[in-house]
Amino acid sequence: MPQPFSVQRTDEGDISVLALEGFLDAHTAPIFEQAIQSELDNGRARLVVDGQKLSYISSAGLGVFMGFIEQIRQEGGDLKICGLNQRVRQIFEILGFQAIYDMLDTVPDAVRRFSEVPTREA
Amino acid sequence: MGSIEQTFLLQVPSSTENLAMIRDFVASVGEQAGLGEEDVSKLELAVDEACANAIEHAHGNDLTKAVTVRATFDQQSLRIEVVDAGGGFDLGAVPDESLARLTAAGRMGGLGVRVMRALVDEVSYEIVPGEPNRLRLLKHIRR
Repeated sequence: MPQPFSVQRTDEGDISVLALEGFLDAHTAPIFEQAIQSELDNGRARLVVDGQKLSYISSAGLGVFMGFIEQIRQEGGDLKICGLNQRVRQIFEILGFQAIYDMLDTVPDAVRRFSEVPTREA
Repeated sequence: MGSIEQTFLLQVPSSTENLAMIRDFVASVGEQAGLGEEDVSKLELAVDEACANAIEHAHGNDLTKAVTVRATFDQQSLRIEVVDAGGGFDLGAVPDESLARLTAAGRMGGLGVRVMRALVDEVSYEIVPGEPNRLRLLKHIRR
């Protein structure tokens, strides 16, 4: 049985918050990819990814973060990551994601970060 | 149990749908081998990466092919062998590009081998013409 994964979307003004829940691997990564693509198709490039309920991530999931960030920043937006549990955060850090992405504790922190750094240089 | 080796085997159709089953298998064997919780998590992810590579790249998501995971442990270490039937790839030839370069190029792949190397003590790959390809991961058991 595959392990479940879902993306819940909410708005904070012109910022879209995508809350991930479950297991993000090579099987479920296309769901996340589609969620980000849908935001960009709707002209929304200011994204917060809330990983509070994300139990697991493999490189296929990390690849989705990588694959869109250049386009998001070219469109004047950014993707900020928040709420990761220690196990998941460790994987991001092993690969050096903290050098490229803003990683915050909570959704309000991540939303506030947009007023300080609307788009970050890689 | 002394230093007697124990071997466990899982064979699944080549679909990413089965990655969860593979992770459960690795977690069970890891716990039985005496790995700590953090090391079990690392091994689960490393094997997930190896199997995802086999399923997507070696087998092209062909369900008629099988991925075999063989786990063997003794007092000192847990060794995992992932066997695929694909064309194989040379681990040494996987470029170690920086994350900044990968993101700038909009690449979604290229991290799997790096994850494996970061999480286990040894990674090796064996390609013998006419035989299945074997990717081997080794984790020392710290007691």
